Amino acid sequence: MLEIKDLHAKIDDKEILRGINLTVKPGEVHAIMGPNGSGKSTLSSVLAGSEAFEVSEGSASFYGKNLLDMPAEDRAREGLFYSFQYPVEIPGVSMVNFMRTAVNEQRKYNNEKPYSASEFLKLMREKKKLVEIDSNLTNRSVNEGFSGGEKKKNEIFQMAMLQPKVSILDETDSGLDIDALRIVANGVNKLKNENNATIVITHYQRLLDYIVPDYVHVLYKGRIVMSAGKELAYELEEKGYDWIKKQFED
Amino acid sequence: MSITGTEIKLEQKYTSLFNDSKTSLDKVVSENVSSQRDKAIQLFEEKGIPNKKVEHYKYTNMVPLFEESYNVDFEHEVFKKNLSEVFNCNVHDLEATTIYLINGWYYRKNQLPETLPEGVLIGSFAEFSKSHPELFEKHYNQYAKNDEDSLVALNTAFAQDGFFIYIPKGVVIEKPIQIVNIMHSEQDLMAFPRNLVVIEENAQAKILLCEHTLSENKFLLNGVTEAYVDKNAVFDIYNIQNQHNLTTNVSSVFVKQKQHSSALTHNLTLHTGVTRNNIYIDMDDEHCESHVYGLFISDKNQHVDNFSFIDHAKPNCYSEELFKGVLDDAATAAFAGKIMVRPDAQKTNAFQRNDNLLLTENAKINTKPMLEIYADDVKCSHGATVGQLDEKAMFYLRSRGISKEESRILLMYAFAYEAVEKIRVPALREQIRDLVEHVFRGELNKCHSCALCGQESNGGYSCM
Ligand SMILES: Nc1ncnc2c1ncn2[C@@H]1O[C@H](COP(=O)(O)OP(=O)(O)O)[C@@H](O)[C@H]1O
Ligand SMILES: [Mg+2]
Repeated sequence: MLEIKDLHAKIDDKEILRGINLTVKPGEVHAIMGPNGSGKSTLSSVLAGSEAFEVSEGSASFYGKNLLDMPAEDRAREGLFYSFQYPVEIPGVSMVNFMRTAVNEQRKYNNEKPYSASEFLKLMREKKKLVEIDSNLTNRSVNEGFSGGEKKKNEIFQMAMLQPKVSILDETDSGLDIDALRIVANGVNKLKNENNATIVITHYQRLLDYIVPDYVHVLYKGRIVMSAGKELAYELEEKGYDWIKKQFED
Repeated sequence: MSITGTEIKLEQKYTSLFNDSKTSLDKVVSENVSSQRDKAIQLFEEKGIPNKKVEHYKYTNMVPLFEESYNVDFEHEVFKKNLSEVFNCNVHDLEATTIYLINGWYYRKNQLPETLPEGVLIGSFAEFSKSHPELFEKHYNQYAKNDEDSLVALNTAFAQDGFFIYIPKGVVIEKPIQIVNIMHSEQDLMAFPRNLVVIEENAQAKILLCEHTLSENKFLLNGVTEAYVDKNAVFDIYNIQNQHNLTTNVSSVFVKQKQHSSALTHNLTLHTGVTRNNIYIDMDDEHCESHVYGLFISDKNQHVDNFSFIDHAKPNCYSEELFKGVLDDAATAAFAGKIMVRPDAQKTNAFQRNDNLLLTENAKINTKPMLEIYADDVKCSHGATVGQLDEKAMFYLRSRGISKEESRILLMYAFAYEAVEKIRVPALREQIRDLVEHVFRGELNKCHSCALCGQESNGGYSCM
């Protein structure tokens, strides 16, 4: 469903992704780990369609379509979801209006009838339960004044609303206490099925106790330098990244 | 009658017009109103039409705008139709008392609700100047600063009609009073509407003043509104400006406040050619509070200049000022906010902010706070920002499947909403939220029938 080949991306002539190869199939969970600054968030936002980066080489296809040709909104409508490492606060745009617009634009794109106000509210209520998100939060402006944990829950709530095919969760665990972590992981697990896939980006193996990966990749200096099963996560937890850094120092 | 530009000095064009028209000008108003003309035209002549050398007009040169030729309607004969032939305000969800002015003249067929509380006067400035001379002697031209601004003096010299509102002691008018001023003429036209509002002790009123242009001619409006807000009184004036690109609108509001009164002005410039708003708040007593707000949304070559002067003359007063601007294309704007804290005015609280969103590199804003503080125990702050649409927020919205265009609209609205939320009449706030959203969607011209879009005859024009 998602096939990334030799992907290079740069910003201000600084090459940050230097040849990424990754194939994700329905039903799979991939974990991407790696030290700070290795390019995990860059990879996520390039895939999501950020215009801040320039793709200089390589390809990414999503269900056979050229992902890199699509504007960000079409990627989302096709079923790609990016849970931001740092969700953006947007004062003045209400959560309800934001989500209604997003859901209905997606439906329109897929030739489905937009939800009526009551259908939409029902859907909201349902999905809010799934991630145990406080009702008050959805009455506020997008992420405005949300705590770190609330922002992350809000990302998963949006994911639940949009029902994507591939979700990229960028450090969704950082800043969460153990309860919040469990709630977020539960939410992700409940949304999982054989037709969708999840890419979990994390620093720590902790989250992977809850969301169990089929594959673990290590991203370092813009390349995937190692791929293995979930046991790699434990190894990294134990030994840290230094041995990888040493091995792949340029 | 018409005046044309020739070699003569610009000011002379107006002084000769004045001398030639004095009889017609005086015909409709009281002696009190006429008697103030000579001094006013003299003040005007001394200062002339403001150009950029005039400190307070630094960002808007009025000279070329006043050099253009316009007709005048001192005999009140330009508009002879029935209002419903050109204007059909059929969106009246807003529970309001609505009256119309046409070309600045009070429309004689206005129908007022039969159940206005006793003593309340709403009607023609000209007529009330004659029937209630005592109110005019006490208040007319007492608050307008003819010596500060030559265009205000020019209005006083030519003042004939407009609206007059008097709310006696203790009377609270719940519904907003909506005044719709329509410019409609077969020729280019200049008008000098003059309005007077008197809110007595413990009384309350909210005015919604909508300004529209309904024919494709060039218009020059130079209007003045004076408002006296007595002890414990509450007064709001929301001025919605939706005028076509050939309009020059100079609009001056003077509010005089007494103890424990609360006043709010809100200038919403949604479409214009050139707009200059002057807002003067004189807190002439202790414990007054004033709220001075504005929202301007401009594109193409529109120009909006907001000038405000908040005078903290006495101790313990509070003022809060917020102007927000969204400029697209090559639109230009200016904000100059003067706050005067006089030596006497201890314990003053004064806050001012002007935030601007520039959507293109060609849009331009000049913003200038002017604080003069002569008291030491005060809390004052001011700030101005100029920014672009937040790229991160754009990406966030788009990454959820919201189109670029829709994301832009959401963010523009998000920027403006703080100013809209300042409206303190809930029903009105709702209406204006919608209206502003229409503006951002580029739908205002079409469905609100900007005259230049040729929708006039559809009769589907809605004022709110
Ligand atoms: N907007 C940007 N401008 C310049 N450099 C950037 C920008 N975003 C990321 N980088 C750089 O790209 C590299 C990878 O960053 P990032 O993708 O955030 O790493 P990770 O998510 O793995 O911690 C870092 O060196 C970072 O400084
Ligand atoms: Mg990161």
